[in-house]
Amino acid sequence: MSKQENSFMGWIDERFPMTATWRAHLSEYYAPKNFNFWYYFGSLAMLVLVNQLITGIFLTMSYKPDASLAFASVEYIMRDVNFGWLIRYMHSTGASMFFVVVYLHMFRGMMYGSYRKPRELLWLIGMAIFFVLMSLAFTGYILPWGQMSYWGAQVIVSMFGAIPYIGDTLSNWILGDFMLSDAALNRFFAYHVVTLPLLIIVLVFVHIIALHEVGSNNPDGIEIKANKDPKTGIPVDGIPFHPYYSVKDIVGIVAFLIVFTGIIFFVPEMGGYFLEHNNFIPANTLQTPDHIAPVWYFTPYYSMLRAVTVNFLGVDAKLWGVILMAGSVIIFCFLPWLDRSPVKSIRYKGPIFKFALALFVISFLVLGWLGTKAPTPLYTLLAQIFTVIYFAFFILMPLYSKIDKTKPEPKRVTK
Amino acid sequence: MRLIKFLLFFISLAPTFVFASTDITLDKAPIDTSDDASLQRGAQSFVNYCLTCHGASYMRYNRHQDIGLSNQEISERLILTGQKVGDVMFTSMKKSEAEEWFGVAPPDLSVIARSRGADWLYTYLRSFYRDESSSSGWNNLIFDKVAMPHVLYQLQGLQTLNVKSQDGSEVKELNLSVPGLLSKEEYDNFAADLVNYIVYLGEPHANYRKKLGAFVLIFLLGMLGLTYLLKREYWRDVH
Repeated sequence: MSKQENSFMGWIDERFPMTATWRAHLSEYYAPKNFNFWYYFGSLAMLVLVNQLITGIFLTMSYKPDASLAFASVEYIMRDVNFGWLIRYMHSTGASMFFVVVYLHMFRGMMYGSYRKPRELLWLIGMAIFFVLMSLAFTGYILPWGQMSYWGAQVIVSMFGAIPYIGDTLSNWILGDFMLSDAALNRFFAYHVVTLPLLIIVLVFVHIIALHEVGSNNPDGIEIKANKDPKTGIPVDGIPFHPYYSVKDIVGIVAFLIVFTGIIFFVPEMGGYFLEHNNFIPANTLQTPDHIAPVWYFTPYYSMLRAVTVNFLGVDAKLWGVILMAGSVIIFCFLPWLDRSPVKSIRYKGPIFKFALALFVISFLVLGWLGTKAPTPLYTLLAQIFTVIYFAFFILMPLYSKIDKTKPEPKRVTK
Repeated sequence: MRLIKFLLFFISLAPTFVFASTDITLDKAPIDTSDDASLQRGAQSFVNYCLTCHGASYMRYNRHQDIGLSNQEISERLILTGQKVGDVMFTSMKKSEAEEWFGVAPPDLSVIARSRGADWLYTYLRSFYRDESSSSGWNNLIFDKVAMPHVLYQLQGLQTLNVKSQDGSEVKELNLSVPGLLSKEEYDNFAADLVNYIVYLGEPHANYRKKLGAFVLIFLLGMLGLTYLLKREYWRDVH
């Protein structure tokens, strides 16, 4: 750095570690050279986050967080604000696509054992981001103040009411009223535009710092840091993130944008999955819709909430539903300690794990599909069966991951 | 793997259970939101027949420039309430009066097509029948005990309900007992134009959105090629 002393960067570097940061996180951060398709979704999640932040700021300029004005202000954005329809669709489609990329990002971690030592904390920080993302989606969905905004929120808040002793007090405290009203809309707006975005930005930053501390996992699930060039100290299977992965991620971003803009410009409602039909009816506090369904990304958990129909062990069915629903998300946090397999990646794991993971994916999808439907005895039975499979994937993992027949891991990364 | 195949088979069967439970079939609305002439006819019918009781309070009159009308034409043909061309389409009926007369205030129609769908609206407008037991004297095949009377009966004529039993199940059928000013075909076209306009009303920018989208996709497809070539160039030395 001595020869830069008189340059502009030299002046900066004496006062702020600009070059050092650039090197540590980009030009000299060594990532495994064998990243495949599944490794695009981390950078895509960041892209969608930026999209949500920027479009969100512009929406805030014309949106009115007032129960009597909110619905009309969204239509004002859709019609009278210049390109307001585009900004709004970018934000509403972005919300759904955020979950698409995050679910694929998490599935990648499950396939290649990215939650295993030394990346347990990285996984937990990621789970914290997921919790904040869910809160953001929930608070954001209330804002248009349509029928589904209102009654969906009513269902979620009533879950807190199921908690024994403190439930009613707690839900009144959350709502600031005895029912969902203007007071709740105002505070959920504050959470959605200030508290939660700040939290998610900080957590994403921490997630990346943690990632760069332990280094990226790869489809082979072996540590590239274990095999360094003795002269340079650089992992032999590593390549600098910039320019290799920066140029590669740009290709992924453009491919993603083709899908993303395809939805925005041609099917922004996505057949009622991204923007629900009933949410084009203004909230009516006196008229409960026949069928309340959350947006697709919450439907697997919603199915589990509805799956318990009998009281048992002295606990109310509704409370069981809430426990299962919360448990179905929280249980991901225990993955690093549930997996006892000697290998990380699905490539070297045995048939039992592959079967269990496939079954888990199927149960997640079926529960998601069931959550969009009005309950019938058959659907409730299906939801119960798949809820058991969903939880069995996690709870039985210490057993089946241990007895599963694994293949030996390679010394170097493969194609 | 056999279990997975079984499960996949089961999932593929699931939609048949869903559709088996619905007995109302909607007629496909023959609409085309790029047909300005149809939209203009629909707009005319909308202000003549609907706007008396229903508002479209998120829509501005001058937005109708989209469908090929000048401000002067809008003022002359569409504004019957003395409003200005930049105003939104309010109804002249008061909410309190509406509740007194119909028991419920008629919903705003700005985004009704986005919640109900075009096919529902098209079927609804053609499914009113005479029912002396209801307070308005009218009922609707797909909206039982609807508060809205058949304001278009003069055009369509008077339909009566016939319930036949066929193969052990009930089949509901509407018969035209008193003809209206329009023939069946003319009335269907009238309803199609009106529904076409209401769909346009739900999202006035929809046509422009699709047009712009085509350019965006062409640009991105070009970018995909370029960025891929850039990536391949940089990755030449990675083995």
